[in-house]
Amino acid sequence: MSRIGKIARRTFLFGAVAVTGGAAFGYYKMVETPPNPLTPDTGAALNAYVMIDASGITIVAPRAEMGQGVQTTLAALVAEELDVTLDQITVIHGPPAKAYFNQALLGNAIPVIDYQRKPWVHDAAEFVGNAAKFLNLQVTGGSTSTRDAYVKMRDAGAQARQMLIEAAAKRLNVAATDLRTETGMVIAPDGTSIPYTDLATDAAALPARNVTLRDPSDWKILGTSQPRTDMVAKSTGTATYGVDVRLPDMRFATVKMNPKRSGMRGFDASEALLMDGVEKIIDLGDGVAVVATNTWLAMQAAEAIVFDWEDATYPADTAAQFAVIEQAFDGAPNSTARDEGDVESVPAEITAEYRVPFLAHATMEPMTTTALYTGTALELWSPNQGPILVRDWCAKAVGLEPEQVTVHTTLMGGGFGRRGEYDFAVLAARVAREMPDTPVQVTWSREEDMRHDFYRPAAIARLSGTVQDGKAVMLSADVAAPSCSHQAMERWLGRAMGGPDNELVAGVYDQPYAIPNYRVRGYKADLDVPVGFWRSVGASYGGFFFDSFIDEMAHAAGRDPIEFRLELITPEHAPSAKVLETVRDMSNWNSPLPAGVGRGVAFTYSFGTPVAQVTEVRDTGRGIKIENVWIACDPGVALDPNNIKAQMMGGCIYGLTAAIHGEITHTNGEVDQFNFPDYDGLRMASCPQIEVNVLENAPHISGVGEPGTPPAAPALANALFSLTKQRPRSLPLWRDYSFV
Amino acid sequence: MARTLTINGTAHAVDLPDNVPLLWVLRDALHLTGTKYGCGVAACGACTVHIDGEAVRSCQVALGDVWGAVTTIEGIGTPGSVAVVQQAWIDHQVAQCGYCQSGQIMQAAALLAQNTAPTDDDIDEAMNGNLCRCGTYPRIRAAIHDAAKKLQEA
Repeated sequence: MSRIGKIARRTFLFGAVAVTGGAAFGYYKMVETPPNPLTPDTGAALNAYVMIDASGITIVAPRAEMGQGVQTTLAALVAEELDVTLDQITVIHGPPAKAYFNQALLGNAIPVIDYQRKPWVHDAAEFVGNAAKFLNLQVTGGSTSTRDAYVKMRDAGAQARQMLIEAAAKRLNVAATDLRTETGMVIAPDGTSIPYTDLATDAAALPARNVTLRDPSDWKILGTSQPRTDMVAKSTGTATYGVDVRLPDMRFATVKMNPKRSGMRGFDASEALLMDGVEKIIDLGDGVAVVATNTWLAMQAAEAIVFDWEDATYPADTAAQFAVIEQAFDGAPNSTARDEGDVESVPAEITAEYRVPFLAHATMEPMTTTALYTGTALELWSPNQGPILVRDWCAKAVGLEPEQVTVHTTLMGGGFGRRGEYDFAVLAARVAREMPDTPVQVTWSREEDMRHDFYRPAAIARLSGTVQDGKAVMLSADVAAPSCSHQAMERWLGRAMGGPDNELVAGVYDQPYAIPNYRVRGYKADLDVPVGFWRSVGASYGGFFFDSFIDEMAHAAGRDPIEFRLELITPEHAPSAKVLETVRDMSNWNSPLPAGVGRGVAFTYSFGTPVAQVTEVRDTGRGIKIENVWIACDPGVALDPNNIKAQMMGGCIYGLTAAIHGEITHTNGEVDQFNFPDYDGLRMASCPQIEVNVLENAPHISGVGEPGTPPAAPALANALFSLTKQRPRSLPLWRDYSFV
Repeated sequence: MARTLTINGTAHAVDLPDNVPLLWVLRDALHLTGTKYGCGVAACGACTVHIDGEAVRSCQVALGDVWGAVTTIEGIGTPGSVAVVQQAWIDHQVAQCGYCQSGQIMQAAALLAQNTAPTDDDIDEAMNGNLCRCGTYPRIRAAIHDAAKKLQEA
């Protein structure tokens, strides 16, 4: 315990959260299993993950499906041990509950650089992660879902199977050890078989047993690509997203809130009220809601309202905001997350400053929630990544207790971190309170969504480095940005969080490079522009800063960029070296570059997963085309290779989109971008061919939803340098390069 | 004034003002929610449907201007009986969040109806108006090539 105590005192942000949440409870409470929240009307719940009734088997996969395939992979963990096939089961998200706390999310708080963790650190991380249940952190994020579920959901499947076997043994009057299971049935030596659906009620009355999990070499489902359980519905227009909820007598509404993220002095809705089909205008204090017979009409009416907004509390334009970020370098560092050797003792040879802008999430499905308020209860249908947060904050907003609130977490049309907030649900709850007993769906316009995001922070990095004899001997990086962790924790937990925020310097301090003098300091900018978690968070810019600068150092050393990196990475982390070697071979890196072609490599270790990418660009004469990307990643255990490839591909495209097009700017306190014409993405014609290799050399399972994003920008930037000899040091790239 | 629209072969009476876009008639009045709202300005293609076989952005077609029979994603196949192009989407495991895929599939179906063997350039041109934030383009391309092959064999 003393070692854990020491860690807790030194811990970084999430660790501080863990201590706040966990310290009051002591060891027993920390390891106690929260109660099973499932109370099925028919049949029985064998544990928090398995429900069986006469009609079939339901598996709870308590993480939000926003496209990452998590509902399939988590269900597969249970199915593997339960001995059912994926087409025999129904997968649901289930209710908000402590039982589904995300241990891995808080476990990441341990202030030991991920790739350097020893087994005891992993144990300590697991213990600290227990605090997530006190903080109601049932959150989908941080690429933690498979890491968190890997043991506990297989355990749930194995325990349920054992209970079903014992129930069958009693009924058949044979020894449990003589029974086997297959495709949802318990089978006796004489061939008698009893379907699980007939045994559930008896089995649920039995105690849970300690079980031994199967060896991966015996897996039938895990480790093999599975058809996603949501694929047919998503290919036939029958999947129900948040915006697709339809209830009897439901009204449609939208909101228009202050784009300066401040208060409202007044508004004139006289024109809107005259519009046929507009039923109600609700004053929300810092904006209004319009309720109408259809969503479009509500949006039209909202546009017709004249507002008198209060001014922004943050600097009103982008230049002034960047000035605040720059000023942060003059203050004390928020963290020195890495400090090896003595960087001050080595004169700097290369220096550079990098900048990245704010970014929007721009999920394809705009923010939405449907709510029904009755005076004593609130029911919500909400596409969200944090259902307990949604429940509790909505309860508070309408003056109910959390127990009076039901949350249905629907499929979501993209999340990327945006739906880890709860603002959209609270607004819907407040609208519903003004119209008791009538369900109302509140859907934001694309413009409202784009201009009321919690943005990926803008950031500035100042780097210096030195090479000797072809090797990096010093690297010093200072990064300044507003803290999305501090802001988000304050929103989530309702209290201000201080302390070092390692997300400020993610992708920079935590890279497996044996550079003898290596220091990374974070500077927190005192800037209130609303910021939040965006796919890969700090590593989304940290990866660009760090790897681009490594490329600069390789160039200064006159070395091959992959060899230069490999020399520094190999002694630190062998699986990371292997992904680099793999993309080198996949891309035929050592082949001569044809005229008009540039090739760049990048490597980022994030969320426990090393990822390397090689990007090839060609000058077509009409602009630069990204032709090919080769990706190698290592999540330790490849639970579903085809889905992991999809995540790597998607993560890369998300990163390329941001690198080329993504930029949120402000004028007069308002975001300048409104819709996809001014916040565009990669499209079919601009999308490269992408090839992915999934390796399994890393010692621990890790996530795949985010790690594909950080290397995308630097690999492209390094390819552009190879093509043009101009080093991109700020994003978005369209400002300085012409793409087809 | 009530209008009658033919959608997926069925006549629907719609009592909404003529300026309401077809997208919202489908979604909010008729509860055909497979067709999605993404931008409202014809910039993302999530709302793509067919009118007399032609792919159109339903957010830009006012109810009063609907000139022919409407086909939506629900009309080209069902979970129990999927269209060839939908089967290709399933075989290639295209969808991630899936929100844009109704529009992608309707755009691809219109392309394949006109061009039985689209090249990569044809696919670029036909599909470029359909945005996918999850980044499923490489699998969409593969699924379209595969569907074209299957349709030719059929």
